[in-house]
Amino acid sequence: MAAGTEGPWARFRADFAESRLAVAGLVLLVAIVTVGLLAPVISPQNPYDLAQLDVLDSKLAPGEKGGDGRTYWLGTDDQGRDMLSGIFYGLRISLGVGIASTVFALAIGLVFGLVAAYFGGWVDTLVMRIVDIQLSFPAILIALILLAVLGQGVDKIIVALVTVQWAYYARTVRSSALVERQKEYVEAARVLALGQARIVFRHLLPNCLPPLIVVATVQVAHAIALEATLSFLGLGLPITEPSLGLLISNGFQYLLSGKYWISFYPGVALLLTIMSINLVADQLRDILNPRLRK
Amino acid sequence: MSAPPLLQVDGLRMHFFTKAGVVKAVDDVSFTVDRGEILGLVGESGSGKSMTGYSILGLVDAPGRIVDGRIVFDGTDLTRLDAAAWRRIRGNRIAMIFQDPMMTLNPVLRIDTQIVEAVLAHADVSRESALARAREALVRVGIASPDERLRAYPHQFSGGMRQRVAIAIALVNGPDLIIADEPTTALDVTIQGQILFEMQKVCRESGTALIWITHDLSVIAGLADEVCVMYAGRFVESGRVADVLERPLHPYSRGLIDSVPSRNERGRPLHQIPGMTPSLLSLGPGCPFRERCSEATPRCAESPAITEPAPGRRLRCFHPVP
Amino acid sequence: MLAYAIRRLGQSLFVLVLMSFLVFVGVYAIGNPVELLVNPQADEVERLRATAALGLDRPFLEQYWVFLKGAASGDLGRSFVYNVPALSLILDKLPATIELAFVAMVIAIALGIPLGLVAGLKPDSLVGRGIMAGSILGFSLPTFWVGLVLIMVFSVQLGWLPSNGRGDTATVAGVPMSFLTADGLAHLAMPAVNLALFKLSLLIRLTRAGTREAVLQDYVKFARAKGLPQGRVIGVHVLKNILIPIVTVIGLELGSVIAFAIVTESIFAWPGTGKLLIDSINQLDRPVIVAYLLVIVTLFIVINFVVDVLYSMLDPRVRLGGAGASH
Repeated sequence: MAAGTEGPWARFRADFAESRLAVAGLVLLVAIVTVGLLAPVISPQNPYDLAQLDVLDSKLAPGEKGGDGRTYWLGTDDQGRDMLSGIFYGLRISLGVGIASTVFALAIGLVFGLVAAYFGGWVDTLVMRIVDIQLSFPAILIALILLAVLGQGVDKIIVALVTVQWAYYARTVRSSALVERQKEYVEAARVLALGQARIVFRHLLPNCLPPLIVVATVQVAHAIALEATLSFLGLGLPITEPSLGLLISNGFQYLLSGKYWISFYPGVALLLTIMSINLVADQLRDILNPRLRK
Repeated sequence: MSAPPLLQVDGLRMHFFTKAGVVKAVDDVSFTVDRGEILGLVGESGSGKSMTGYSILGLVDAPGRIVDGRIVFDGTDLTRLDAAAWRRIRGNRIAMIFQDPMMTLNPVLRIDTQIVEAVLAHADVSRESALARAREALVRVGIASPDERLRAYPHQFSGGMRQRVAIAIALVNGPDLIIADEPTTALDVTIQGQILFEMQKVCRESGTALIWITHDLSVIAGLADEVCVMYAGRFVESGRVADVLERPLHPYSRGLIDSVPSRNERGRPLHQIPGMTPSLLSLGPGCPFRERCSEATPRCAESPAITEPAPGRRLRCFHPVP
Repeated sequence: MLAYAIRRLGQSLFVLVLMSFLVFVGVYAIGNPVELLVNPQADEVERLRATAALGLDRPFLEQYWVFLKGAASGDLGRSFVYNVPALSLILDKLPATIELAFVAMVIAIALGIPLGLVAGLKPDSLVGRGIMAGSILGFSLPTFWVGLVLIMVFSVQLGWLPSNGRGDTATVAGVPMSFLTADGLAHLAMPAVNLALFKLSLLIRLTRAGTREAVLQDYVKFARAKGLPQGRVIGVHVLKNILIPIVTVIGLELGSVIAFAIVTESIFAWPGTGKLLIDSINQLDRPVIVAYLLVIVTLFIVINFVVDVLYSMLDPRVRLGGAGASH
């Protein structure tokens, strides 16, 4: 980027840093993503290599030592799996599913939103009617039914998450694109007979980005929470891909006998992830919302 | 000079304590208003004239605060009152009208509700008699078929009609003083004239004093008795309207008067004050106008004191216009 | 108003038929229920007989047509598993779900609007910040995990509250209700709080945002200039304006609370429709899944209609059917 963009960027950073809570959220988020990325390197054990597990070490409380003398800081699950390692790997899957579904949903929603706004007329009516109908139903219900039909699997849950999310982007993009379309520079671009694709992608798209960034940030958190919920209900990921939701679900049966840690700590990891994203998203919304600007 | 003034604002300072620093929105402003008198409070936007109005009503919100000065109304210093006592004066003995009539009436409440609540807030009367007063107030501001209008919502009114309703609300408790904050600026020119006329008539009839806040000197000329000019939160000069308009003493007032089109002869280019209003945040001591002033000397870096160059005239300037 | 209602009804019927088709297509694609229902040792003849008995040997469109005809007369098919009408199965469980959802919503509204108002009026105060931090936390807490933590604390550690079921119920007009008995209330407490938490956070944020914008409006300043007591300025002038978007959201969220009850019911073994749905999905009980969805869709349509009517009552600028006068 050229030097000219440094001004707004610096100002953006200054605005963001105004909330210490948001900065803390960002730091936490970066740490969590790093842990997820580096899970294979930093985990004390590979929780899915059965050779490394010892059933004798199962359901150890946090801080207890296993048969081989090492300490399990967050305890172990029913198969003697180190919870800390399980959480690191689980974060990886949860974040991966959340981000992948958001990227796909954003791309699809962006295309439909832009097309609806640019062409208007019956195209617009059709797209927005589908969006309206879909958004009138809770995401979890749609995802639940889809997964009931599709079955378990990483690819399937991403399909389900994309299906429930694209409509948010389509609506956001359309409304900001419609505002932009009224403006004179788009009219000028038309008069200059610039190609339609060029008008849409060079002129409409960049102006739709700020609200889109806010929605996308919030939606990553939603996607992660939704995936965890579906996995908890036994409808999301298969046991071979243990996301945080599955870890929690796995520990549910031991909760009543007081072995809380199998469910509790993955839940804390999930909470911290979602909360850090929400904190960042909140601040982004405040910065990018001109109405609250003083 | 016999009776004490109805309102005496004395050395008023109202500052906003923001993260970026202290904004001195009102900084040492003094004026008096007698019973039944009309005072024009004149200045550009950001001159602190509206904030002066809010201060008198006790409507200053955090981070703003009255830090110094007295607001003596009918013998009582309002700044010493607690919140409840100040509230009992608001809308009862001192009323206010705002600039944009489209925004001042609550969109989801009926007109009768909005007038009646103003009555009931200050008088222990039945709803019926409050409604009767509301009706009477609407009639006084020239609204036809008041009974029907009372049951309507604000969105069913035009801008001019809404401002009449706002005036009716201000009048309904028979206040001693009305503070009108540019109430005609947002209206069509023809409506402006009507409202102006109506306000003047109503105030003269009922002996209500009026502070008319505006940036438009031509409005003041035909309306006010006294005028007080403000610049960048500070008092500039005051006096009888005719005197000040005829012979402004402060270079800023002269600049303002010269930039009014109607006062210039045909063909002569309009005068314009060079430069811009300074930021209230970075304002140091000294005359705030000196950067733009043709008469300024190094001495203007100090704050001039208020002088009385002629009977009834007050001025804050080292170099009055000859 | 009447024209509006008729048009609205037509639209709703269209959505309902469309949904029924989509749901039917989708659910039709789910594995073969016969595999689950028939004794694994059964021979081919028995399997075929079971298939025919369930009507699964007929072409898809014919199955749909049979279903539609039945649906028009209130017959949404028989549960493969329980062999009773699917609709009556749902309707049996519906009161439990509605009770749970309603109590959760009442908790969310009763706490959310006042807390949001306080946070909106004093955004920079300690209390305002605290409420906001709490709401961010509530927003981020995954509902099902909160349920687990509640059980962990109040059932396992403290032993105060039961962790599953509805407990004793008292019957009102033939419908069993938990909130009327002490034991039922104890059972209801945790699921209701669990379900309310997310909506509570949402309402706090919504109310706070609305309040922050409303207090900057001239009409609020004018109301204060009239000398109204603070209580009336906030309680009437501010509240009535922010209530308009809030009522809309509450209406929309009522549907989502019923959907989210699926999760809460699963955790607390609350015998409602959500738990029934999860069981039915696991058992491939198609008619029950379809019946559940249609009942829920109908419920949503009714709720949306009520919300629209309420909205027009709150906001004088809105006239249903778009035929009203403005300006």
